[in-house]
Amino acid sequence: MRAVDALMECLKAEGVDVVFGLPGGANLPTYDAFYDAGIRHILVRHEAGGGHAAEGYAKATGRVGVALGTSGPGATNLVTPICDAMMDSVPVVFLTGQVRTELLGTDGFQEADTIGITMPIVKHSVMIQHPLELPRAIHEAFHIARTGRPGPVVVDIPTDLSRADIPYEPITDIHLPGYQPTTDGNQKQIRLAAKALANARRPVIYAGGGTLDASAELTELATSDRLPVTCTVMGLGAFPASHPQWLGMLGMHGTRTANYAMDEADLIVAIGARFDDRVTAKLSEFAPHAKFVHIDVDPAEISKNVPAHIPIVGYARNILPRLTAEYRALEPDPSRLDEWWHRIRSWQERYPLSYVDSTDSEIKPQYMVQALYEASQGDAIVCSDVGQHQMWAAQHYHFDKPRRWINSGGLGTMGFGLPAAMGAKVGCPEATVVCITGDGSFQMNTQELATCAQNGIDVKVFIMNNGYLGMVRQWQELFWDRRYSQVDTGQYPDFVKLAEAYGATGLRLTDKHTLVDDMREALVTEGPVVVDVRVAPEENVYPMIAPGQPARNMVG
Amino acid sequence: MGEPGTKEILSLEELEAAGSFRTGRKHIVSILVENKPGVLTRITGLFARRGFNIDTLAVGPTDDETVSRITLTLDGAVQSIDQVTKQLHKLINVLKIRDLDPSETMARELALFKISADGANRAEVMQVCEIFRAKIVDVSKRTLVAEVTGTQEKIDAFERLVRPFGLVEMARTGEIAITRGRTET
Repeated sequence: MRAVDALMECLKAEGVDVVFGLPGGANLPTYDAFYDAGIRHILVRHEAGGGHAAEGYAKATGRVGVALGTSGPGATNLVTPICDAMMDSVPVVFLTGQVRTELLGTDGFQEADTIGITMPIVKHSVMIQHPLELPRAIHEAFHIARTGRPGPVVVDIPTDLSRADIPYEPITDIHLPGYQPTTDGNQKQIRLAAKALANARRPVIYAGGGTLDASAELTELATSDRLPVTCTVMGLGAFPASHPQWLGMLGMHGTRTANYAMDEADLIVAIGARFDDRVTAKLSEFAPHAKFVHIDVDPAEISKNVPAHIPIVGYARNILPRLTAEYRALEPDPSRLDEWWHRIRSWQERYPLSYVDSTDSEIKPQYMVQALYEASQGDAIVCSDVGQHQMWAAQHYHFDKPRRWINSGGLGTMGFGLPAAMGAKVGCPEATVVCITGDGSFQMNTQELATCAQNGIDVKVFIMNNGYLGMVRQWQELFWDRRYSQVDTGQYPDFVKLAEAYGATGLRLTDKHTLVDDMREALVTEGPVVVDVRVAPEENVYPMIAPGQPARNMVG
Repeated sequence: MGEPGTKEILSLEELEAAGSFRTGRKHIVSILVENKPGVLTRITGLFARRGFNIDTLAVGPTDDETVSRITLTLDGAVQSIDQVTKQLHKLINVLKIRDLDPSETMARELALFKISADGANRAEVMQVCEIFRAKIVDVSKRTLVAEVTGTQEKIDAFERLVRPFGLVEMARTGEIAITRGRTET
């Protein structure tokens, strides 16, 4: 069979049920194979949309996403999703077309050095050099993408090789001598960690995106005693936000309680988190009293930013049950945490997340998220873009389950939200999928509304429209003497008309009194819906750790 | 140092002080890799991204034809090179990395020197070569080419001595290294 037909067999063997892509000259053979391969292909309107859709699919389902693009511009358009997937450890396989081998390096039409361009932002990449290599390369790509610390893998396929006739035999053995991730965690280290935890008087569990597939195990550990839990923006939902041991998100726009608890903790158990600068704030004054247990599958994260006293390398889902068992066996005295909880409760009472509501019908952006939480009964998959709306959504939409909150945390990619929501909905057709976006972010991949309309992908987009690139405006207001430089978007375009032009339903909401009901209606309207919610233009995200400050100096 | 996103103006001195990675402590890093396209680029890219300057680089086969050895030397860093070696380990085609301890390591480099040697000073140049056990591998009317093997320091010393005669050009391989005794490199 042709190498591209073998490619289809490989995708099926990997359990791929959907791919997102856009054809072009160099991947014509691949698209010919898709014609009757029986794999669902969703035609996106821009490769970046396809890449983010594959990410949204992967983040919502936990399975490997697949995105395709042609050579040259098709591949360069995928660069942002590839980098985004790298930063947030999202398992995605990117299949790019490449010019035929005799044109390689000659500046052929639509030629780009895809492997070279993407090298620093992939978990792994390979250009097929011989058609017989293709099946193994595909299976290795999936294996590498999904195991260890997940991430993006690029497979670049020259068009002539993809048409070669090759014998195909299923491949079941993958052997990569240079890739043997440590997944189990060292028992001695686990015992040490349990002991440290049992002796701690002010412990905090700090959980990141690496706990999304260890949610039950994380909850079990935390509730085996009264261990307080905070999550990063990537980890929201790994521990139920409705649980009394939940401190809220931590970091730059986290709760005071979570940040103060980190600041005063004597032991921090970091699980699948990487001490990002948005979490530590001023690194030299981060958690000054704490010892650190650091559990992560990636050894390069251990002691990268904060030296770990007890490092444990492996999957959280493998390590946490054993840590819980060791901890229980020590029969720690639960009353030693009384004083700590007393202090935590006093912060929670003094510093709840709050804002000043309008006295008229004006919609405050925070209220917009609360209204959406109410209208969707807190049970939606929420995809967000990047900016103020992202932080408000993270603060005010409470996630009780993992994989319900999908955002671009590491790279902070505006334009991520709509295509990610599209991918999440395709992966979870039964779920209500909403996209909370800003008027700035939404315009960076609006074209995917056409994909949603054409394929009946039922996403509900709620635009927090304040007519500004709001987060930049906030920083200019607070730290640059209110010199608003190039942040006013003038509330263009008319999103209702735009939605209609794309074949979606468009709505505009301006009154907070009817907001919940109006949103409910939007949610039950069939097909993709775009809701232009006009909100207070100059609201700021608080609380906030100002740049260069330690967490204890939070403002607002 | 200035905080990102704030309007504080940074002085050039501060920036330069913070950007200085060099300490002078030399590292010899030996890396075994699968013999696949692009491996070398991935490795050098990781060093470049973190501001390390690779001084020398040597690549060659090993006793296993599917495996190559890359030996590179670096001027050390304020931060340890641990972070880079951990990142190197994450490359799929990298099999093994050793940050070699200079005192436990035999390191050798080969160099070719083309030296001006017309009549008058030829004998003197040849004498220096003899002291350094350099082999003369080519002679012409005005020049000779000397091949010298040794540690980086020995080759540096040879260079200093022959330079006054007129050094036409020079080529060096960069060091390769292997551990002393039975321990594997």
